[in-house]
Amino acid sequence: MDGYLGIDVGSVSTNLVVLDENEEVVAKIYRRTQGKPIEAVQAGLTELEDLLTEPVNVLGVGATGSARHLTGVVVGADAVRNEITAHAMAARHAQPDVRTVLEIGGQDSKVIVLQDGIPIDFAMNTVCAAGTGSFLDHQSSRLGIPIEEFGGIAMTAERGSQIAGRCGVFAESDMIHKQQVGHPTNEIVYGLCQALVRNYLNNLAKGKDILAPIVFQGGVAANEGMKRAFEEALEQEVTIPEHFNVMGAIGSALLAKRIMSRTDNTTHFKGFHSADFEYKTSSFGCAACANSCEIIQIAQEDGSEKGDVLARWGGRCDKWDLAPTSITQA
Amino acid sequence: MAKPSERVITIPRMGTLQLMLEDMFARLDVKYIMPPPSTAKTLEVGVRHSPEFSCLPLKVTLGNFIEAIEAGADTCLMAGGCGPCRFGYYAQVQKEITKDLGYDVDWIVLEPPKKGFISFLRTFKKMAPHRSIRYIWRQVLISFEKARHYDSIEKRLLHNRAYELEVGASEKAYTEAIDILRPAVSKEEIAELAEVALKHMDESVAMDKTKDVLKVGIVGEFFMLLEPVVNFDIEKWLGERGVMVDRAVYTTDWIAPSLANQVGGLSKEEVSKYADKYLSHTVGGDGQQTIAHTVLYVEEGFDGIVHLMPFTCMPETIAKSILPKVSKDLDIPLLTLVVDEQTGKAGFITRLEAMLDMMWARRAAKAGHDDWIPAGAGTH
Ligand code: SF4
Ligand code: SF4
Repeated sequence: MDGYLGIDVGSVSTNLVVLDENEEVVAKIYRRTQGKPIEAVQAGLTELEDLLTEPVNVLGVGATGSARHLTGVVVGADAVRNEITAHAMAARHAQPDVRTVLEIGGQDSKVIVLQDGIPIDFAMNTVCAAGTGSFLDHQSSRLGIPIEEFGGIAMTAERGSQIAGRCGVFAESDMIHKQQVGHPTNEIVYGLCQALVRNYLNNLAKGKDILAPIVFQGGVAANEGMKRAFEEALEQEVTIPEHFNVMGAIGSALLAKRIMSRTDNTTHFKGFHSADFEYKTSSFGCAACANSCEIIQIAQEDGSEKGDVLARWGGRCDKWDLAPTSITQA
Repeated sequence: MAKPSERVITIPRMGTLQLMLEDMFARLDVKYIMPPPSTAKTLEVGVRHSPEFSCLPLKVTLGNFIEAIEAGADTCLMAGGCGPCRFGYYAQVQKEITKDLGYDVDWIVLEPPKKGFISFLRTFKKMAPHRSIRYIWRQVLISFEKARHYDSIEKRLLHNRAYELEVGASEKAYTEAIDILRPAVSKEEIAELAEVALKHMDESVAMDKTKDVLKVGIVGEFFMLLEPVVNFDIEKWLGERGVMVDRAVYTTDWIAPSLANQVGGLSKEEVSKYADKYLSHTVGGDGQQTIAHTVLYVEEGFDGIVHLMPFTCMPETIAKSILPKVSKDLDIPLLTLVVDEQTGKAGFITRLEAMLDMMWARRAAKAGHDDWIPAGAGTH
């Protein structure tokens, strides 16, 4: 079977998918990155291959997410694209007439507005934790309730407790206060979902037209309480696509397919067992100017002392930047 | 403190300001030390000693002053200002900070001429006490005229870079063009060499003028636009990805917004003409200009607008709240990037990449096909 591989590596989660020629998902992996993107990709590829019921002839590979460049080098990607484009592409694939994409992941959140199938506006939050999944993760451990159970519990609440605060720290102290004065747990849990939705809409989506059809994706969409809170706040129906937690990977596979379809190039994919290579990460200080940047480099072990340097980054200028030229020209 | 005749003056770094003042100081026989180029360290030093909620430009320029003082400067020349915006207080705040840090330096604050032309001239006299006011004024005018040309050369760089066949060629030509103009002294020489320099920009670089490029206008707070250390050298980044860039303000436009021959800026009348529908009064800083330039870029057929502003900047926050309406009304992609000392390059670039994809997708859609990726691109 011919297929396309998409890989999305963020700081919190790493996800991978294989799409067949008809752009259907045939296998997917969602796992934690745990601060080790290369290991996460290597392990993810092995797991992904194990899931395949028949061998897949990979025709193109896409990489996205904050570690997209690194991932692109390690696996040999044909398309290295930003995660906003990837998420928009995937959302449109799931729902062709989508107008608004709400995406909340563990590390960041986005809103993307589309019109006639193309993105016309977006915003991304990478700074404020109160607008991302880590907000709920944090509160769930405070409450001692596993995050997986959050959604179910939130759905049993008649209404949510008013959890005040635009910022995670305030929300937390308010939550503890509500607990102490005896608010039922399910109302607190739902209140937290509402607080996250409120933060998201007031900060990230401020000034954007949230028009239907609305698609809600990203890891946090697993939480039904979030869907409910969005629907109540927006007074509109919100759809969660089947593969909501691997949409970035799907988008990047779709982008790879598009790029490959217009060239005669063959893929740069190094195989599911690019996991077998040993990589060495090292760093050094650049002394060429007062910025004194720390430059990080990744080399593939090839017996030599330094190895074959595959990628370098970290400078404020591009003096050392090394991106694989083969894919820039793809 | 330094005796007036022995002063070693320094200035903050910002765009081509330093080229202009180097020229002016040489004409007036004023000793100076330019601060070293702004780096992450400059920012760090500035941030460490500034009030937390002050604006980013104040922090960066404070870093410049401290680095220059450490290098031997004893007199700081800073612009003043008036109006509702905080810029007018920068010099005062920075003066207090350097004093608290134990630096024994003089401050010369250059207030805009509209606050009083005589005192404006006297400030120059303070720097060059051995020169007559008449002589000083003549030299200042010539120097300013030369600076206009420096800015035009920079503008040419922003326009040409998108078309270069070899990455970095236009930038190299730019450095050479500046060197061509630098020795010019008289008005005639300036006019003549400026022309040679511009020609050099166009002719010494191999370009493909038939290339399909995107046109992006950059608007916002002037310091963010002029100083690469705070905008991650956005113009270069865009230019190297085939984007023709135009910028709302150049150094001399900011210095003298009311004079003719603006390089990129707009006159007061033009600002109201373009901005009035959305914002009919000035909000301090460059807020109204931001709106005006956005509207004008749309009229000129640009593909998108990037709006740069420092975190907590009041005038630009007002502009930011109005821009979505402008963007919607005029159907133009717009990206606001808010920067502070914690802003990381990665997130900044990710948003720009998405913006580029968005503009290409629109272009393609207008031409009747569905393609999100520019021809020839696999990655950014
Ligand atoms: S990488 Fe660039 S910016 Fe950083 S220290 Fe080296 S020359 Fe300076
Ligand atoms: S324009 Fe903005 S950044 Fe500049 S002084 Fe005013 S508030 Fe500060």
